[in-house]
Amino acid sequence: MKHIIVVGNGMVGYKFCEKFIQKPNAKNYKITVFGEEPRPAYDRVHLSEFFENKDAKALEMAPIEWYSNNNIDLITNTRVNSIDKVAKTIETIHANEFSYDYLVLATGSSPFVPNIEGVEKDGVFVYRTIEDLEDTLQYASIIQAGRKEKIKAAVLGGGLLGLEAAKAVKDMGFEPHVIEFAPKLMPRQLDKRSSNVLQEKIESLGITVHLSKITSKILGKSSITGMEFGENDRLDVEMLIVSAGIRPRDELAKTCDLKIGTRGGIWVNHKMQTSDENIYAIGECALFNNMIYGLVAPGYDMAEIAVHQILGENEIVMQDKIDMSTKLKLIGVDVASYGEPFMPIEKGHSIIFEDKTKGIYKRINVSHDKKKLLGGILIGDVSDYNMLHQIYLNSMAIPEDPSQLILPASDGKAAFGDVMDLPNEAQVCSCESVTKGQICEIIENGQASDLADVVSCTKAGTGCGGCKPMVSDLTNATLKSLGIEVKDSVCEHFDLNRQDLYKIIQVKGYKTFNEVLDNHGNGGHGCELCKPLVASLMASINADTANEEYAIQDSNDRFMANIQRNGTYSVVPRVPGGEITPDKLIALGQIAKKYDLYTKITGGVRVDLFGATLNQLPLIWKDLISHGFESGHAYGKSLRTVKTCVGSTWCRYGMDESVSFGIELENRYRGIRAPHKIKGGVSGCIRECAEARGKDFGLIAVEGGWNLYLGGNGGANPRHAELFAEQIDNETVIKYLDRYLMFYMRTAKPLQRTAAWQERLEGGLEYLKEVIIDDKLEIVEDLEQEMQTLVNRYKCEWTQAVNDPEMMKRFNHFVNSKEEDDNLVFVPMREQKMPEPWS
Amino acid sequence: MELISTQSETKNMEEILDKYKTTQLENVIFWFKAASIHDFPKDGGACVKYKDKQIAVFNFTRLNKWYACQNVCPHKMEMVLSRGMIGDQKGIPKVACPLHKKTFSLENGKNLNGDLDAIATYPVKIEEENVYIGFSD
Repeated sequence: MKHIIVVGNGMVGYKFCEKFIQKPNAKNYKITVFGEEPRPAYDRVHLSEFFENKDAKALEMAPIEWYSNNNIDLITNTRVNSIDKVAKTIETIHANEFSYDYLVLATGSSPFVPNIEGVEKDGVFVYRTIEDLEDTLQYASIIQAGRKEKIKAAVLGGGLLGLEAAKAVKDMGFEPHVIEFAPKLMPRQLDKRSSNVLQEKIESLGITVHLSKITSKILGKSSITGMEFGENDRLDVEMLIVSAGIRPRDELAKTCDLKIGTRGGIWVNHKMQTSDENIYAIGECALFNNMIYGLVAPGYDMAEIAVHQILGENEIVMQDKIDMSTKLKLIGVDVASYGEPFMPIEKGHSIIFEDKTKGIYKRINVSHDKKKLLGGILIGDVSDYNMLHQIYLNSMAIPEDPSQLILPASDGKAAFGDVMDLPNEAQVCSCESVTKGQICEIIENGQASDLADVVSCTKAGTGCGGCKPMVSDLTNATLKSLGIEVKDSVCEHFDLNRQDLYKIIQVKGYKTFNEVLDNHGNGGHGCELCKPLVASLMASINADTANEEYAIQDSNDRFMANIQRNGTYSVVPRVPGGEITPDKLIALGQIAKKYDLYTKITGGVRVDLFGATLNQLPLIWKDLISHGFESGHAYGKSLRTVKTCVGSTWCRYGMDESVSFGIELENRYRGIRAPHKIKGGVSGCIRECAEARGKDFGLIAVEGGWNLYLGGNGGANPRHAELFAEQIDNETVIKYLDRYLMFYMRTAKPLQRTAAWQERLEGGLEYLKEVIIDDKLEIVEDLEQEMQTLVNRYKCEWTQAVNDPEMMKRFNHFVNSKEEDDNLVFVPMREQKMPEPWS
Repeated sequence: MELISTQSETKNMEEILDKYKTTQLENVIFWFKAASIHDFPKDGGACVKYKDKQIAVFNFTRLNKWYACQNVCPHKMEMVLSRGMIGDQKGIPKVACPLHKKTFSLENGKNLNGDLDAIATYPVKIEEENVYIGFSD
């Protein structure tokens, strides 16, 4: 077995491992990774998100178990000190020696700190690692303590990273200032006019921009108090983040005399090989074509080439031309730059569209013969970026009048053709190197049948996410070309989707399935898709129980129990928050015994009684109701349980009464029908014993209130709920939850859990906050009112059924006999019983 | 009720399916009076016991028609079809099994979303608000 050592566990070092282990012959290699930082690789591109949620884990490229699960030894907190390229060994700072067959240097870069007088003072930071951010945050909290006014803080550098850092400074509660040496922002990507548009936009958000400023001195005694730019020109700031560019980390390569560029960087050839054939260099430390590439996409490409080369696929090499196009959201402003953003007159002409009223700037550069798109810039509206980028990359034909590419179209249609016109080799996702051809192929050969499949098969769209709209268009267009309907209408009986039907039923006030079908259907008679959907909508809108029109209810709702594989049912009474008295527990046992039911504790910490026949269901429920139980709705697409830990009532670590609040929430939302089941969790402290973040809604008690998490689930695609609001009180939790659940009930697709709904919500969590907290759509009052109506109208549907002889009629196996189904056969198992196995 | 059985009593698939044979109207020799039409839900079904047979009967109100078929789903041999939801697929009246949503034509018993064996169907007639199922034995 050959041994590969990877030095550096940043994004590119990680990507190398990820791509390598996917190869079929990867098992013949052992990989050891050394990382200097204390934690596994994380997404540095989205570092400013750390300020929002302080959740380092959320940024991780893969959890630490991923490495061991894939037979990769990850050694963190360990710098590699030297390389002996003759003996093929490396030595760590702990003086441990490791030998390698192949060495991959992914040492990245370090922030460049210009040699300004006073730059060593306290309060001056760089912006690259989570540790840098933690240091900055700590300093910020010290100088902000006890002061009411906004303190000024600056970022040195108005490039991509500098503007990201400025957002972080703003989020920390400072008055932010950006200092740039050049006469424009993002000097490598933008021209002066687009920089002006960007500047106006970010200044309107409270960030002051200072251009053409040469910082001559950092003022202050031991800590920074200001910056001096020349005579009588100074700015008083109490903190500074330096983001003035990067320098490749090539010091390790120098220990074994690898070839280094004159201005730094480890020289590599087209195979990503350094001057030693067994040593590769990838990412920001590598000098390729005399350039350092400070973007993640070229780094990933280099990782891919190194993987191929090490595995002996020698013909796959790096292309000469590296695409440096970028699209990103900077401080809430969309910015994109592709190809040649500036245009030397000898190469071609520019067409510029600018609308200052909307903060939009678009520039395209075309060849002299007006046949080729050479590059461009987009500010404010980047919706056409993917298409323009593809036209540029693939040298596709452009309209005779190229201005149509950026002028607002009069007929609402874009001037460029269909995504299907792209050549098969067009790279749609540059982060994951996915081509149009790959996406079409997996759909055509049946591996993928929707967008979610495409994303999981190819990983397209999982990097920066910029290509998501194009991947979606391509998926839909390919499905359509195969004759597969991509409409989201509910079934053949309606040309409407769930959201349409919701509005119609709400506005028209329909009470029966037939009214909806006769007025809005396609003339058919309904089916097992639209009937339960309408039943669920009637319940969500009118608080109807499953008793009202039972023949349109889904299998479980029809008999208000969970049908099991032999046609018998299981019964789950509600046990709010999992709190139960000994008397009630005894009653459950006695009832289970009386009807000879298989008994098990569920995953939602309540008791499930299995093996009840249709005829037994009402008898069992009469007994349960007489002991104070009510329906647990385990059979419904509705609230199941709110799982709780014991909280501050008993636990020595508890910060709040998780059980009390869990019970309150479970009782509030019980019985409410939704597009899919809903589960909640409440934990009394961050130890999270209730696993609240694995639920549709989860609460964790912290100092000063509850942290609210939304959109998690277990199941086939486990997903952690996302942090939505911090340190809020009980009342605010209920307010937000009312709005969230109602908004979900209104807009989700049939049988879509909150996690999938939230993931596909355009604008994501930020949009959700705007709707629920800031009331962007001006609907929160309606949402709250609708939820309150449902809460007020709640009634236990089993109590309703057992008290109504008409409703009880359906709980008989035979319509003409009181006998039971004689086809049932049970066999003994561990002192209980089970249905005989299926043959 | 004795629910625990020994292995020798386990269900015999052929034996069960043997009981149910599609019956055409012209072959009916006996009309079994099952129940009042009011005992059946609108656009839904219920199960009728006739000797050792279980027959699912559906009141397809929207079509103003009644259908009958075997209650056992040929997929997993459970007595559940009467608890299934009815509707139509491109105009063909159908029932969906509540266990795995296998759908069967109520006209001729054919499995519409797979290649399971067809289910047996029976003629139904209504007289004086009573539901009768036709058998040939």
